[in-house]
Amino acid sequence: MKHEQSWQPTTTHKTRVARAELLRQIRAFFHSLDVLEVETPVLSGGTVTDEHIDGFSTEFLYANTGKPVSLFLQTSPEYAMKRLLCAQSGAIYQIGKAFRHEGEGRWHNPEFTMLEWYRPGFDHFMLMKEVDALLHEVLGATTDSEMITYQNAFITHLGIDPLTSPTSSIHQKMLECGIDIDGMESLSRDSQLQLLFSYGIEPKIGLKAPCFVYNFPASQAALAKISPSDSRVAERFEVYFKGVELANGFNELSEPAEQRERFNQDNKKRVLSGLPEKPIDEHFLQALESGLPNCAGVALGIDRLLMLQVGASHIQEVINFPVSRA
Amino acid sequence: MANYSTNEFKGGLKIMLDGEPCNILENEYVKPGKGQAFNRVKIRKLISGKVLEKTFRSGESVEGADVMDTELAYLYTDGEFYHFMNNDTFEQIAADEKAVGENIKWLVENDVCTITLWNGAPITVTPPNFVELEITETDPGLKGDTAGTGGKPATLTTGAVVRVPLFVQTGEVIRVDTRSGEYVSRVQK
Repeated sequence: MKHEQSWQPTTTHKTRVARAELLRQIRAFFHSLDVLEVETPVLSGGTVTDEHIDGFSTEFLYANTGKPVSLFLQTSPEYAMKRLLCAQSGAIYQIGKAFRHEGEGRWHNPEFTMLEWYRPGFDHFMLMKEVDALLHEVLGATTDSEMITYQNAFITHLGIDPLTSPTSSIHQKMLECGIDIDGMESLSRDSQLQLLFSYGIEPKIGLKAPCFVYNFPASQAALAKISPSDSRVAERFEVYFKGVELANGFNELSEPAEQRERFNQDNKKRVLSGLPEKPIDEHFLQALESGLPNCAGVALGIDRLLMLQVGASHIQEVINFPVSRA
Repeated sequence: MANYSTNEFKGGLKIMLDGEPCNILENEYVKPGKGQAFNRVKIRKLISGKVLEKTFRSGESVEGADVMDTELAYLYTDGEFYHFMNNDTFEQIAADEKAVGENIKWLVENDVCTITLWNGAPITVTPPNFVELEITETDPGLKGDTAGTGGKPATLTTGAVVRVPLFVQTGEVIRVDTRSGEYVSRVQK
């Protein structure tokens, strides 16, 4: 082992310099496009309702109401940044810490650095072009990026259709991809598709240049608009490069009633899976009531981007003190 | 035996799978941004030696396997069992033919082998990386061949057959790599 003692950083001076330089490049990129850097609170009264995303929470004992308040560490700055957009902020970006209450891994640390930005007047296609420009600039990629729909990625690389194939052929394909898991049938269709994606598609896409996968199934819409031309898919995209998921973006849902409905549906799924319900961020919904401009937004993992830039094989090589040494 | 959650998975951890003790070789955390978390695990079954891949839901627990390695010197075989002894405590353990398997041909008296015990009973016997054995039979080679280009088969005292250079003769002791089964050198008696 290279780093024997747990007080020591797991990074080298070289990667620390590379991080500082990457952040400088990103800020210069947005400065040149006149996108404003903002800050929003890391601690928030509301949190995400997603079944598979958990925030850390803590108690605030000094609230001006005199009662203890539960606050959550943000899993992304999405809701707060959209409140700024609703307050006519115009194009904004943020570089900050995000937190997910989940395990560590080669590509995962529960505390990580996220770049998130929003472009009023953009749809997801325009935003994908901008993400591509940023990636080409910081990674120096010379090849053109790939663009493929979620549906075509499955058809091309696995020979099944994620929108129409029967469950039996999905199970069959999972076995062919070597996905040996107890109780495969009890996984949701989305989890089955996600496993197939990570075992059977991720290793084959975005090998030389970033790959943009778009039009995710509507059941995985998260906060994206449903496509007006095909209600089976949502205007959501992800970016894959060299085997890692780098970014996730939406043509942003702006309809408050539908947003509330999705939060409620999430909480219903949580209850069915035996998980606690999450408080809905009412500030965010009130902001949507006042009107979110048409916009597209994207979140990008800075640590993973840095890993690709310096050729790191584990996220610990780019984070000074990963959670096991925090 | 304790249970382990997937969060504790790492290379070297011994767990039970399908009633067989296994060694975790690799563990990868798979978590799509908005999706369910899984652990993709490469496992070696310790009795059959099979390597396979298994996927677990993150947070799931599996039973640990009481498996430990111990260094014991080989004593002798009574035809049915192979007897080993701890050189410090003089405690003896007998392994059956199934545990010794293919490695029967590398067992040399007094050599210290690694015996893997599951619930106290031997399941595998791993000989030292290098053993020295005498040749009991090989064709007399051509004089003057020192490069050992072609080679010839030689039978050793344990019955093992190894390719040796042409200049190596019956009665000589040779050093063999037990991992590859290849000849390394002659040994001065």
